[in-house]
Formats: sequence, structure tokens, C-alpha cells
Amino acid sequence: MSAPILEVSGLGKRFGGFVALENIDLKVAPGERLGLIGPNGSGKSTLVNCICGTLINDTGTVQFNDRDLKGLITHERTRLGMARSFQLPRPFFSMTIADNIRVPLLYTLNAHRSEEQIAARCNELLGLVGLAGKATQFPRDLTQVDMRKLELARAMAVEPKLLIADEAMAGLSGSEVTDIVNLLITLNERGITVILIEHIMSAVMQFSQRLVVLVSGKKIADGAPDIVIRDPEVERAYLGQ
Amino acid sequence: MPFDLLVSALVAGVLLGGFYAAVTVGISIAFGILDIVNIAHPAFIILGSYIAYILNAQFGIDPVIAGIIALPAFYVLGAAVYQVYYVSFEKRGKEALSGLAFFFGLLFITEVLLILQFGVDYRYVQAGYIDNNLGKFLGLSQSLPKLIAELPMRMLVPCVMSILMFGVLLIVIKRTFIGRAIMAVSQDALALQLMGADPVRIKRIAFAISIATAAMAGAFLIIIQPVEPSVGREYIGRVFAICVLGGMGSLTGTLIAAVLLGVAESLTATFYGPSWAPAVSFGLLLLTLAFRPSGIMGR
Amino acid sequence: MRTMSTWMFALVACVVAAAVFFFVPFIGKILGWGDYIYIASYTVLQYVVLATAWNILGGYTGYVNFGSAAFFAVGTYTTVFFHKLYPLPIPILVVLAAVVGGLIGLGMGYLTLRLRGAFFSIATLAMAVVLQTLIVNWDFVGGSRGAYVIRPASIVLFDSYIQYLFVIMLALVVIAVTVARTIERSALGYGFAAIRDDELAAEASGVPTLKLKLIATALSGAFMGMAGAPFPYFIGFLQPSGVFGLEYAVNSIAMPIIGGTATWIGPLVGAILLGTLQQVATVTISSAVNVLMVGLLLVFFVIVAPNGLVGVVQNLFRKKPGAPS
Ligand SMILES: Nc1ncnc2c1ncn2[C@@H]1O[C@H](COP(=O)(O)OP(=O)(O)OP(=O)(O)O)[C@@H](O)[C@H]1O
Ligand SMILES: [Mg+2]
Repeated sequence: MSAPILEVSGLGKRFGGFVALENIDLKVAPGERLGLIGPNGSGKSTLVNCICGTLINDTGTVQFNDRDLKGLITHERTRLGMARSFQLPRPFFSMTIADNIRVPLLYTLNAHRSEEQIAARCNELLGLVGLAGKATQFPRDLTQVDMRKLELARAMAVEPKLLIADEAMAGLSGSEVTDIVNLLITLNERGITVILIEHIMSAVMQFSQRLVVLVSGKKIADGAPDIVIRDPEVERAYLGQ
Repeated sequence: MPFDLLVSALVAGVLLGGFYAAVTVGISIAFGILDIVNIAHPAFIILGSYIAYILNAQFGIDPVIAGIIALPAFYVLGAAVYQVYYVSFEKRGKEALSGLAFFFGLLFITEVLLILQFGVDYRYVQAGYIDNNLGKFLGLSQSLPKLIAELPMRMLVPCVMSILMFGVLLIVIKRTFIGRAIMAVSQDALALQLMGADPVRIKRIAFAISIATAAMAGAFLIIIQPVEPSVGREYIGRVFAICVLGGMGSLTGTLIAAVLLGVAESLTATFYGPSWAPAVSFGLLLLTLAFRPSGIMGR
Repeated sequence: MRTMSTWMFALVACVVAAAVFFFVPFIGKILGWGDYIYIASYTVLQYVVLATAWNILGGYTGYVNFGSAAFFAVGTYTTVFFHKLYPLPIPILVVLAAVVGGLIGLGMGYLTLRLRGAFFSIATLAMAVVLQTLIVNWDFVGGSRGAYVIRPASIVLFDSYIQYLFVIMLALVVIAVTVARTIERSALGYGFAAIRDDELAAEASGVPTLKLKLIATALSGAFMGMAGAPFPYFIGFLQPSGVFGLEYAVNSIAMPIIGGTATWIGPLVGAILLGTLQQVATVTISSAVNVLMVGLLLVFFVIVAPNGLVGVVQNLFRKKPGAPS
């Protein structure tokens, strides 16, 4: 494996007495498509939050492009090239779809972009996710699947090297799921490393080059998808619930 | 530092703190547990004071009894206010800015209505014990130790009654179904569902209880000091300082924090002058927010 | 999106201000108010500045400041302090008041803005009480007895001193409204709106939320301080209880909310309407009824029309959804 783009080592997180994550090690190679699965409450979102700086891990380190992220708050990590979508979409409700995308465009590139460049990039991103026709609508008028697409477009607007999609497909129909998977694969083909967190196994299997399994805050498997899902420990964890 | 002065300031502070606990417990429920930033609470307390005043002046009813009489009315008032708040803000997910502005408006409406009705003169209540100290009241001035005999009834009655009310609330919260549901509303939506309780109803009951405590707190307040409509605003800093210091929604924490603030204010008033006392609560609030936002009882 | 540039807007604002300057005396004549028209207009304009200042923080970022009266008082007492020390021209005092108000806003923000929004609001509420305590105990600026600030009998270039004060306040309105509008259309404005909508998502989009919130509190505090700076010369004798009074606290929140908090127009419209209404009403009813009216309107609007008058008008004229600002 080439030098990892993301390296999590010995990461632990507690909520009061409850251990949400314990001694997590995870390496992600540049350009990789990683699937992260686990039963409800196993700590997937918590791991994302620790990686992105929304939560502060109690132990361990997170390194991004060989840089220790300790002490960096979320927007600083975002500006380094780390983007995420939220499990429950969190659009800026008072803004139009286009303006939702403008916020990261205005705040993430160090080089100053002209108004035209921003507008162009905004249109490009909306076109990429298929929301071009809805640029002037408001988030409350969007369907679930469009909301997910907006979430991804906004994450893409920070020009990330790594994209973490936290359950980008929950509640979508079969064809919509395929839509999003294809979208994520397209993004990956453009050189973006993608971590996908997902419960829908068909989507995970279709997407992932490697699979990591979390159960009760511990990593119990890490490897090729078809091998991992036949791992007895993984089967037990999923049957157990 | 004269030792006697220190001791009597400490005792006065503890008595004051007991009363502050009653003033704050409503906020601890509304803000700490239900996450409703009811900044109008002190205005409801003053309303309670005026009701005690009316009942006392018109019918000679003891202020504490007056507070108890007003309880049901305040409960209903609280339920009504919550209903408006729920329908207008919580349901629409707009509680942040609009909800705050709503309570801010209520604060002023209540205060100004009281001004229009009663003017800005100070009002007070009368009861046999108010101007006595404990020794005289019990007729035991000689046999009790001086410190105890000289405890002013004006402070002692509100303090004891506050702690009584506090105890009742603690039992309700810890021991009854409704109480456990109220705690669950803030912490564990799933547990609440398993209990089969409707969260809106539980919140309405809890908020109604929080406003009902204002009836009692108001009665205690007017026993301690004469009241005019704007007195309530002095209490805004206090109640939130205590609530935050106490760890937001922890009733035991509230009691401890109330006594701490009472003592701190009493010491400040004794050694620096009473005009500085209002600054104590704010200083404490800012320090807590800056250094220990989870409060003294927080993890 | 056709929009006017900032300089163009400032120019238009100046022209409007000049028109106001020429029309106000006329209205005074028609009403038979004489110089009182300046007193009334000064008060309304002062509320425009306060409401606009409040809205930069409250409307744009969603952080509710209850301590407007305190920031206003900070500006006022900065003037009193320098008046006793060494009288300075009012424009310089305005700048000084802006600095002090801005610094206090920054300090308050720094201590509380990392926490939930409600804590900031509560802290501002408590701050009003404490600053009042400080002023009451500070004899140099008059303490609880109050302070006399005698204004010069005349001033060059102006018919009367009150006219001079009126012009200063008019200038402050132009500055405040222009700044507010410029923010709204800049990256800063998008950042503020993102914070108001969802702070977590804003951070994830690269918005430095704490820094932006501090900018907002400092700006808002600075403008409130500015609004207070000329006040001692306006009122002549001031007491802490008056400066920290109900009217300022409730009006500077009610006016933007009644007008509409999303844009610079809301506070402007809200302050002019409500301020004028109050000026007319004070002639007929007591100030307590005034505050009551404002409180009732505030509650009415947050429940029935949370987007304010601007929102109501927009809804009336909007045929299709979309096309904002
Ligand atoms: N802020 C918090 N405070 C306390 N406990 C928390 C907090 N956030 C998460 N938890 C707990 O940590 C555990 C892991 O939660 P997390 O959201 O990471 O799970 P998840 O794997 O993402 O689950 P899901 O598949 O349902 O999204 C859960 O038991 C949850 O209740
Ligand atoms: Mg999750």
C-alpha cells in the first residue's frame, strides 16, 4: 500500500462511562473506495465525527496526508481536503440550492476566485449530481434523494481529497441507491478517496474495494469485501442483532 | 475580618441560598431539562409576588398559603404558555431565535402590565412572623444560642419552605412515573417511547410544574423583600447563573449552586456593600461558562 | 442577479439622507412641532442604528443579544467619561464608543460563543445588570445620581445643536445600513447565514464559525456603542436607570423582528415604523403603554409572521417560489 492518505491509530472515544470507540486502527490508501459497515450504534458516525473534528477523540491520533490533525477544528480539517456528508442531511435551509454550494466554494479555496469562477464551479457541481434544474429552489422543496445529492455536492465543493459519505443512501429506493453509488464511483474515478458508510449491503458490495467492520466500537474485520462478509465473527455480529 | 460579621454573613447567605433554590428550580426544569430558554421566568415569579400581595392585603391570607392557592392557576398558565410555544416554535423547529424573542416579549408584557396595574411603588405583605426573629417568635430568646435566636423569620420561613418544596419536587422527579418520564424526555427518547408516554404531554406537564414553582417563589420573595415590577430582572442573571453552575437540570446541583451564590452575594454585600451584590451572579455565570460550562456537578 | 455596488448604494443612501434632512423641518412645520421634530427624528434614527446593529448578530447569525441597552450605555458612558476628562468633538467620541462597544462585544463573544447560543443570550442579559451595577458604583461618571452633560449653546454650520445631533445620527444610519447591506452580499454574509442555519454543517463546509461569530459580535457591539455616543448631549442629564431602560432592550430586538431579520431592510423598516409610532404615541400615552405595545407586537410577530413585515410583503408579491434577495 502506498503512503496512506488517512491513518487512524489507537483511536478511542467515550461518552461518560460508555465506550463508543476503542483502539481503532485504520489506514486508507489514496484513491481507495472503502466501505465501513457495522450494526446500529456500533460507532461509525462517531468515528467519522472524530476524524472530521466534530468530536474530539480521547485517545489515539488521526493523520491526514502525514499530518497529525490534533488540535485542528473542523473547518481547518475541511480546508486540508477532507469532506463529509451527514447521515441526516443538514442543508442550509434558508438558502437556495445554489447558495448552499456557494458557502463551501467561498470558504475553502485559499486562492481568491472570481464571482464568475464561483458561479461556473457551482453549476458544474450541480450538474454533476443532477440538480442543475433546481438551483433556485430551497432545500425544503427537495425530495429525499435530491437532498442526499445536495449533501454530496456540498461536500464536493470543498474540493476534497477524501470524502466520507455517512449513510448517503438511507431511505432511498433501489434505483436511487444505484444513482448514488454510481455518483460516488464517478467521484472516485476523478481521484477522490471515498469512505462509504452504509447499511444497504448490495450498495456496499458494489462500491467497496475493501471493507471494514465495526461492532460495539471495535474493529473486527478489515479486508477484501467478499472475504470479510464470510468472516464468522462478522456473520455472528450481524445475526446477533 | 471580624469573625461575628463573617459568621452572620455566612448564615444569611445560606438562608438566601435556600430561597434562591426555589427561585431557580423552575428554570432548572425548563432550561436544564426541557431545553426551553424561558427568560420570562422571573417575571412569573414577580406575578406570584403580586398575587400573594393581593391575597394578603385583601383577605389577610398568609403569603405562603397564598402561594399554595395560586399554584393551580400557575400550573394552568404554564401549560398554556407551553402549548403556544410548542405550536409556534418547537414544532416548526424555530425555537432558537423566535422562541427566545417570544419569552423576551412575555417578560416585558408581564412587567408592564404589573406596572400599569400597580405602579412602580414597592409592595409588601404582612404576617405575624415577618418582623420577628426566631427567638422572639418561639418565645425562647433567652434559652436559644444567640446566633440561632437572632435568625430573622423573614429569611428563615422562605428558606425552610423552599427546601420543603425542593424536596417534594425531588421526590416527584425521582419516584413517580411522570417524574421519570420528564427526565427521560431530555435524555432518552427511546426510553420514553418504551414507557408509552407522549413527549409533548410530558413536556407540557413539566413546563407547567416549572411555572407553578414561580407562584411559591414569588410568595417567598415578597416575604423577604418589598417588590416592584422590575425587581424580576435582577433575578435573571441569578437564576441562570445558578442553573448553569448547578450543571443544568441537576436538581441537587441547583440546590448546592443556589447556596454557593447566596453565600457569595451575602459576603460581597457585607464586605463591599450591597450595591455590588448583583454583579456577583454575573461574574460567577461568566466564569462558569468560560471555564466549566458543565457546571459543578458536570463530568 | 442584478445588484447595486456598495459605493452606489452608499451614494443612494446619502441622497436619501439628504432628502430626509431637508424634509424633516417641513414636517415639523406642518405638525407645528418646531424643534421637537428633531428630537423625535433623532430618537427614531437612533433606533434604526440600534436595530441594524442588533440584526448583524441576531438576524444574520441567529445569536440573540438581550443586552442592547448595555452596549448602548457603554457608548453613552464613554462620552460621559470623556466629557468629564476632556471634551472631544462628537464624531471622535463616536469612534471611541465604537471601539469600546466592539471590544466588549468581542469579550462577551469570546467567553460564551463556543457554547450553545442560549448561553450567549443569557450572558448578555446578565451583563446588562452588571454593567449597570458598575456604572451605579462609579462616581466619576455620576454614579446612581446621574450626570449632567451640558451641550454647547451653538455649533458652527448648524442652526441649532439638536440639528447637529440629528445630522450625526443620520450619518450613523447611512454607515450602519450600508455596512449591514454590504455584509449581507459578501462572503461574510454567506458565512453568517450558514452559521444561523446549521453550525456543524457550516464548519464542515470550511466556515470558521467562531471567528465569524466574533466578527459579528464585535461589529454589532461597535454600532450599538456608536448609537449611544451622542446621547448624553441629546438628553443633557442621564441616569443609569434611564440609559439601561426597558425601551432600548425591547426595541432593538422587536424592531428587527417585526421588520424582518433576513435582510438590512427589515430593521430599517421596523425601526422607522415602530419608532415613529412610539414618537406619536408618547404624546398621547404613557411610556409604559408604549413598551407594552412593543412587547405585544413582538410576541404577535414571532408567532404569526416570523419573517416580519418584509416576509409578509414578499409572500404577497411572490408568485412562484424561489428568487430570493
Ligand atoms: N453525543 C453523544 N453522547 C452520548 N452518546 C453518544 C453520542 N453520540 C453517539 N453516542 C452513542 O455512541 C454509540 C455509537 O453511535 P454512532 O452514532 O457512532 O453509531 P452508528 O454506528 O453511526 O449507528 P447508526 O448505524 O445507527 O448510524 C451509540 O450507542 C450512541 O448512542
Ligand atoms: Mg451513524
